[in-house]
Amino acid sequence: MTADSRSTAAGELILPQYQRPAGVHPPLNSPAYRSSTLRAPLQPLVPLPQLLTEVTGPLLGAERVTAADADLTTRHSGEPLGERIIVTGRVLDSDGRPVPDTLIEIWQANAAGRYRHQVDDHRAPLDPNFDGAGRCMTDSQGRYRFVTLKPGAYPWKNHLNAWRPAHIHFSLFGRAFTQRLVTQMYFPGDPLFPHDPIFNSVPDPKARERMIASFDLSTTEPEWALGFQWDIVLRGRGATVFESQEDQ
Amino acid sequence: MSISAGPANLPLTPSQTIGPFFAIGLPWPDGSFAVPEGAAGAITVTGRVLDVEGEPVADALVETWQAGPDSRFAHPDDPRGGAQPATPGFRGFGRCPTDEHGRYRLVTLRPGPLPCPDGRTEAPHLDVSVFARGLLDRVVTRIYFPDETEANAADPVLSALPDVQRAATLVASATPGAPAGEFTFDIRLRGDQETVFFDV
Repeated sequence: MTADSRSTAAGELILPQYQRPAGVHPPLNSPAYRSSTLRAPLQPLVPLPQLLTEVTGPLLGAERVTAADADLTTRHSGEPLGERIIVTGRVLDSDGRPVPDTLIEIWQANAAGRYRHQVDDHRAPLDPNFDGAGRCMTDSQGRYRFVTLKPGAYPWKNHLNAWRPAHIHFSLFGRAFTQRLVTQMYFPGDPLFPHDPIFNSVPDPKARERMIASFDLSTTEPEWALGFQWDIVLRGRGATVFESQEDQ
Repeated sequence: MSISAGPANLPLTPSQTIGPFFAIGLPWPDGSFAVPEGAAGAITVTGRVLDVEGEPVADALVETWQAGPDSRFAHPDDPRGGAQPATPGFRGFGRCPTDEHGRYRLVTLRPGPLPCPDGRTEAPHLDVSVFARGLLDRVVTRIYFPDETEANAADPVLSALPDVQRAATLVASATPGAPAGEFTFDIRLRGDQETVFFDV
């Protein structure tokens, strides 16, 4: 039980309430992203009160993760080709609290812009030494760290001459159903940003910037790998909660 | 009187689509099994994810989260006290990628009813997130059970939906010809008979 959730002597439930972000996430109907016109709901979303199922969530992962899972470059007998990078940062909630012990799962294309997936028919080589999947748990301060390769840009069929900017997919649970997030991390200065309907589906340019990692020299390891920093912010509980002695 | 950690109000990281290639990293071998197959009291929920044309969505990920049969969550924010699962091996969480026919299958336990802060009672339900190429954010829905007529009628979420026909999209059906405990729940992402989706 945390400070934000309790039941009173009268048996009344008091549940944490997570903020509902306005204007941060992309509209589901974003016709420039063509497949949204087949799949995104047309009816307006119905507000769901945040009750017990919504303010709890799966606290899973530690049993699924080994330290080796955070290094995507050492999974095979040989070294994968490409630009070795370190991607690290913190998972926080919007109240500024770290989100510890939460599972992060990533997946990405190889350095040539090819995914190890049967549906990917891009004429770029697979790398026998690179799968493109990784996972780790955040530590007690919400920190995570992956070693991987910089993924390549790749073409897709959304429109003529469509190319995705280089990105790494991230999946996060947080601690509540309300906090679940799947997103993509981009690299600074990518010339494809203005041309990508997925990146630009986020309406606020400042919010788009928050999907872009920063090059960081202090994360960079000499003679070894470039370092990038990227913090991820999940929904917080916003309003403060008052506790009185009688309830404790 | 004390106040919990003050809100710093950091701006959120936006959502992006899961894309067509998540099978590289996300499916778990035991994902569809919130309890092991054949566990006492196990139920199955199967269904298809369909697009605007009624075509199967073969690259969706359906995730579920729910209470146990004892109406509890193994979570510290359950103010009744985070309980360990009454059924050993019950995880509460399911993660089911769809197959080439758009089909998913979940093996779980039937959740119990839940108390609400306002004193009402939620009918047994599963929260569902659907991720897919073409969805820039997850869509959220709920699965209710067809043999809970009274509880469903009193459920604060289901009963608040203005359109009874649309509310019916949230109620699973008993799978015809199948043993008790096998349910069907199709998810229509867009268009005709579109499933009700929530802003959570």
